[in-house]
Amino acid sequence: MTPELGQLALILALMLALAQSILPLVGAWRGNRALMAVARPAATGQAVFVALAFVILVWAFLHFDFSVQYVADNSNLQLPWYYRIAAVWGAHEGSMLLWVLILNVWTVALALLSRQLPEVFLSRVLSVLGIISVGFLCFILFTSNPFGRLLPMPPDGADLNPVLQDPGMTFHPPVLYMGYVGFSVAFAFSIAALLGGSMEQAWVRWARPWTNAAWGFLSCGIVAGSWWAYAELGWGGWWFWDPVENASFMPWLVGVALIHAQAVTEKRGSLRAWTILLSLFAFSLSLLGTFLVRSGILTSVHAFASDPRRGTFILCFLAVVVGGSLLLYALRAPKVAGGKAFALISRESAILIGNLMFTVAAAMVLLGTLFPLLGDALNMGKISVGPPYFGLLFPLLMSPVVLLLPFGPYLRWGNSDVPVLKQVLVRAGIAAAACAVLAAFFVQGQLKAIAGVATAVWVGVGVVLYVIKRWREMPPGRRYPAEMAGMLLAHVGVAIFLIGVLLSESLSVTRDVRMAPGQVAVVGGYEFRFDGVTQTVGPNWHAEQGVVTVTRNGAAVAVMHPQKRTYAHEQVQTESSVDPGITRDLYVALGEPMDPSHIEGAWALRLYTKPFIRWIWGGGLFMMLGGFVSAADRRFRVKREADAPQTIATPVQESQA
Amino acid sequence: MSRLLPFFAFVLLAALLGFGIWWNSSHDPTAVPSPLINKPAPSFALPMLDQPTHSVSKESMLGKPYLVNVFASWCFACGEEHPVLMAESKSLGIPVIGYDYKDDPNDAKAWLAQHGNPYDTVITDESGHTAIDFGVYGAPETFLIDGKGVIRYKRIGPLTPDVITQQLKPAIAALEKEAP
Repeated sequence: MTPELGQLALILALMLALAQSILPLVGAWRGNRALMAVARPAATGQAVFVALAFVILVWAFLHFDFSVQYVADNSNLQLPWYYRIAAVWGAHEGSMLLWVLILNVWTVALALLSRQLPEVFLSRVLSVLGIISVGFLCFILFTSNPFGRLLPMPPDGADLNPVLQDPGMTFHPPVLYMGYVGFSVAFAFSIAALLGGSMEQAWVRWARPWTNAAWGFLSCGIVAGSWWAYAELGWGGWWFWDPVENASFMPWLVGVALIHAQAVTEKRGSLRAWTILLSLFAFSLSLLGTFLVRSGILTSVHAFASDPRRGTFILCFLAVVVGGSLLLYALRAPKVAGGKAFALISRESAILIGNLMFTVAAAMVLLGTLFPLLGDALNMGKISVGPPYFGLLFPLLMSPVVLLLPFGPYLRWGNSDVPVLKQVLVRAGIAAAACAVLAAFFVQGQLKAIAGVATAVWVGVGVVLYVIKRWREMPPGRRYPAEMAGMLLAHVGVAIFLIGVLLSESLSVTRDVRMAPGQVAVVGGYEFRFDGVTQTVGPNWHAEQGVVTVTRNGAAVAVMHPQKRTYAHEQVQTESSVDPGITRDLYVALGEPMDPSHIEGAWALRLYTKPFIRWIWGGGLFMMLGGFVSAADRRFRVKREADAPQTIATPVQESQA
Repeated sequence: MSRLLPFFAFVLLAALLGFGIWWNSSHDPTAVPSPLINKPAPSFALPMLDQPTHSVSKESMLGKPYLVNVFASWCFACGEEHPVLMAESKSLGIPVIGYDYKDDPNDAKAWLAQHGNPYDTVITDESGHTAIDFGVYGAPETFLIDGKGVIRYKRIGPLTPDVITQQLKPAIAALEKEAP
C-alpha cells in the first residue's frame, strides 16, 4: 500500500508543479497578483509531496519491501542500513527522484530566502523552476517509476552494485546533484530577466550567491567522486576523463566562467548578454550530463541501465528547455553592449580571457566526450579520444589562466595602472623561480614536478602578496569582505591543486609485483613486506585480506590491509588499502593469487607511492570553500535602496518592455 | 543573427544526440567491430588436443569454409554456450574447430569428456600467442573463415540459438552462394 502512496504523492507533486509553472507566469504577464501569489505555496506543496515520495522509498528500503521492483533490484537482507539508504540513489529510478527532490530543495530555499526580490521577477523564476520540475516528474512517472511492483514478492533481493558500497558513494551523488541542479537557479534568473526584458543589473546580484553556492556543491561533489574512484576502483588514478566525469566537469568549467562573468556584470554592467548565455550554458550542460548518463548513448564505466525511451524523453525535454531558452536569448538578449568601457589592461580584460579559456575548455571536453558518437554519425567507425587528447589540450588551455591568476586581484576595474602589476610579476616570479631551482634538487630533474612547484608558488605567492597588501592598506573589519575572501580561498585552491596534480603525476611510483609471504618490495623508498593473506568477513561480504607491513629505513610506517571482497551473487570487488599522508599516500591493491587453490601462497600485488596526491582534493575543497564563503557575503542579502523603485514598478509595463 | 548562433549549435548537438539514440537502439553498443572482418585470417599452426604431435594450420584448412570457436575449460560463459554448440554444431554444415585458449590440455580434455565434444577438431593454444593475432578479447569468441582463408564473421561472447539462426547461418549461406 505505501509504495502506491509514494506514486500518488509524485502525481500530486506533478499537479502542483504544473500549477507552479503556468499560473505565476500568466500572472506576471497579465499583472495579476493573485496568480503570482500561487508560486510560493505551489512550490512548497510540491516539495512536501516529493519529499514524502522520497521518504516512502527510503522506508521501503529500510523495511526490505522486496515487492517493490527497485528495492528488490538494489538491496538484500544482508545489506547494512546505511547502504540501504544510499541504495535509494544507487540506480536510475531513485537517482532521478533524488534529482527532483534536490530541485525542490533549491526552489523552496529560493522562495523562502528571496523575499526582497520583486514579486513579478520571483514569480517568473519560480515558474521556470516549476517547468523543469514538470519535465523531470513526468520523466519519473512515465519512464522510470521507482515504485513499480514485483509480484510475487521475492524472499530476498539482488544487491547494490558493490562498487557503490563505499562511504564516498553514499554522499557523492547528493552533493553532485546539489551542484548540478543548483545551476537551475541561475538559469531561471536569466530566463526571468529575458522574459521581463528589463536588463537591469540587479538580477545578477541576486543570482550571484546562488551560483556560487551551486558551484561550491559541484566542486565538493566532483572531489568526492574523484576520491571515490581513487579509493575504490583500485587503479590508483583520480580522474579518468570518463564520459560521466566529463558530464559533471563541463558545468563546473562553465560555472567558473559564469561566477566571474556575473561579477563583471554586477559591478560594471558589461558582458550582460554573455552572462545570460553562460547561465543558460551551465544548466544546459547539467541537463546534457543527465542525458548522457541516463540515455546510455555513451558507454562508460558508470554502467547504468539504458533504455531508448528514456533517452528519447530526455532529448525532447532538452530540446524544449535548452532550445527554447536559446531561442528566447536570440530574441530578447540585450542588443547593445552596455556597461562601462574598459581598457586593455583591466580586470574586465583578464576575466574575459579567463572566461574564453574556460568556455573553450568546456567545449573541448564536450567534443571529446561526444567524439565516439560523431565517429558513428560520420561513418568513421568506432573512435574515441581518451586521456591523451584531454591531457594535452586541457593544460594548454589552462596555462594562460594560471599565468594571469596572480594579477587578477590587483587589476582595477576599467583601467589598471601597470607599475603595481610589474611589482607582482617581479616578486611572484622571483619566488617561483627560486622554488623551482630548489625543487629541481629534490625531484631529480622531473620537469613536470618542477613546473608544478613553480606554478603553484607563482599563484600562491600572488594571492599571499594581495592578502598582505589588503592587511596594510585597509582598516580592520573592511580588509576581507566575504566575497573577496571566497575569491582568495578559491585561488589558493588552484595553487594547492597544481602541486597535487603535477607532483603526484610525475613522482608517483607504481609496481606490479608477485610476492610470497615474507617477501619485501621497495617502492619509492618504502619497504613493503607481504605478510600473507587471511580470510575475513563483513556484514554482507567475505574477503581475502592481505597484510602488508610498510617500513622506511627500518622504521615502521603502516600496516595495510588490502582486500578482495566477494559480495552476494559472487560479485568481486577489490578494496584497496590507502595510508594517507600530507606529503604522500601509500596505496596497496590486492590482485590474484598465483595459484587459486593455494591462497596462503604468493599473490599479485600492486604497490604505489603517490606523493602529494591528497593536495588534489585539498585544492578542490578550498575551491568549494571559496564558493560557499563568497556566497555568504552580506552584500548579496541586503536590500538596496536602488532596488526599491523596481519593486513597485507596474508589472504590466515591465512585461511589455 | 549572431544571437542565433548558440541556438543553431544546439540544434546540431540535438541532432547528433538523436542520432545517438537511434544508432544505439539499432546497434549493439557493446559490439566492437573486428578490424579483421574481410581480412585474411592470421596464419596459425596449432597442435591438436588429442594428438599433440599433429598440428592444424591455416594452409591445411584452405579450400572450404570452417568455424573457429574459442573456448576454455576455465571460462564460465563457455559453459553456457556449450549446450547450444552441442545442439547446433552438426546442423551448420561446415567443420567446427574448437580453439582451446590459454588452457591446460588435461583440463580441456576432462571438460570435453564431461560436457560432450561438439567439435570436429580441437586445437590448443596454451600460451595464447596466436590468439593475439586473432584479436581475441576473451573466450568465448567465434570466427567464420571462408575457403580463401578470409575472416567473414566474428562473434564476441557466447553463441545463442538466436545468434546462430539470425547471424551465423545466414553468413554461412552467403558463403555457399559465393562458392562456384
